[in-house]
Amino acid sequence: MAAEAQSETGLVFHPMEQFTIEPLFGEGPIHWYTLTNQTLWMAIAVLVIFLLLVVGTSRRALVPNRIQSIGELAYGFIYKMVEDVAGKEGVKFFPYIMTLFMFIVVANFLGLIPMSFSTTSHIAVTVVMALLVFVSVTLIGFYKHGIGFLKLFWVSSAPMALRPVLAIIELISYFVRPVSHSIRLAGNVMAGHAVIEVFAAFAAILAIAPLSLLGIIAMFGMDVLVAFVQAYVFTILTCVYLKDALHPAH
Amino acid sequence: MTTEAIDAAAGQAAEMAEAAGHAAEAAEKGGMPQLDFSTFPNQIFWLLITLVVVYLILSRMALPRISSVLAERQGTITNDLGAAEELKLKAQEAEAAYNKALADARSEAQRIAAEAKAEIQADLDKAIAKADAEIAAKSAEAAKAIAAIREGAVDSVKEVAADVAKDLVTALGGKAEARTIKAAVVARLKG
Repeated sequence: MAAEAQSETGLVFHPMEQFTIEPLFGEGPIHWYTLTNQTLWMAIAVLVIFLLLVVGTSRRALVPNRIQSIGELAYGFIYKMVEDVAGKEGVKFFPYIMTLFMFIVVANFLGLIPMSFSTTSHIAVTVVMALLVFVSVTLIGFYKHGIGFLKLFWVSSAPMALRPVLAIIELISYFVRPVSHSIRLAGNVMAGHAVIEVFAAFAAILAIAPLSLLGIIAMFGMDVLVAFVQAYVFTILTCVYLKDALHPAH
Repeated sequence: MTTEAIDAAAGQAAEMAEAAGHAAEAAEKGGMPQLDFSTFPNQIFWLLITLVVVYLILSRMALPRISSVLAERQGTITNDLGAAEELKLKAQEAEAAYNKALADARSEAQRIAAEAKAEIQADLDKAIAKADAEIAAKSAEAAKAIAAIREGAVDSVKEVAADVAKDLVTALGGKAEARTIKAAVVARLKG
């Protein structure tokens, strides 16, 4: 496809090239310990989180400045979400959920910087996070309720005849959770960046260039929205799953 | 199917084969880097490190600090609200005291005004009574004076009339007794 487009119109489409993982120093195979561009942007995300939540709040001001306000807003936002969705018992897990939210939201926004690298566009990253949530939520469920956690799959409000069927459906949907949980995030981020790249490639044609620029601006605006909304969705789904583990009965 | 079509199809097939060759090449460069499983151990390793570091930063430093700042602010706000409530009560008390003082002062003023009014009225009444008495005395005196004057006037008129009558009678050649003339004049005046 790409080769064809290139030969016929002179356009160069490499919408996926931006996601390539390369070693930071030198060439060669990527071992598990190799420092890559992805490692760099993860480290930058950690740095930004540190600056925002630790350095930004170091004055402990009664009347906060802007950066401290952002930190406090993020704290209040997630704390309230955990409390509202997962209940009082869920507050114990607030630091873990805050970790996920801060990492995703900061990585998403860092990915919007031109020429940067979008960590959260990688399936491997989102799958690991989704599996962490899935495994820990399942363990919490069994730890809290023992075998009673299986009541989650037994819809006691349905007619007796339907319950086994519903149990199978519930079981399947339970195991599909990490798949949708991870692909939703990576897919949204990747698609947004890829579409911007495609619009950018069209800018090579003078007649289409203004339209292409407008398209890039519009898509960028939408990606800013997506960057926040997807972090929000990932976090609130985590809270919902946690609520299921803490209160499995329907 | 014409030979041209077959040629075209063959051409396309050749192009596709070539493209497939490119694709294999592109899979390394283009393709979907997300599905390049050789990078997965690296990504997962660094992601886990990142998450642990973020978790430690949050749970050890950021979250306790933000939580204490928020609690402190909440405490300050609560204290301030309490102080404000106290001050409000004080203000209300002060207002009540002020209102009471105002009412007292007003009634006092009214009392003083009423007293002053009564005093003035009494003085006034006394003065009017005195003036009335004086006026009555003066007018009585005047009436007496007028009566005296009137009396005097009638006597003078009688005298003058008697003199004139005597002169007239003399002038006319008569001779009149002074007593007769006087009696006549008195009779005339009466009549």
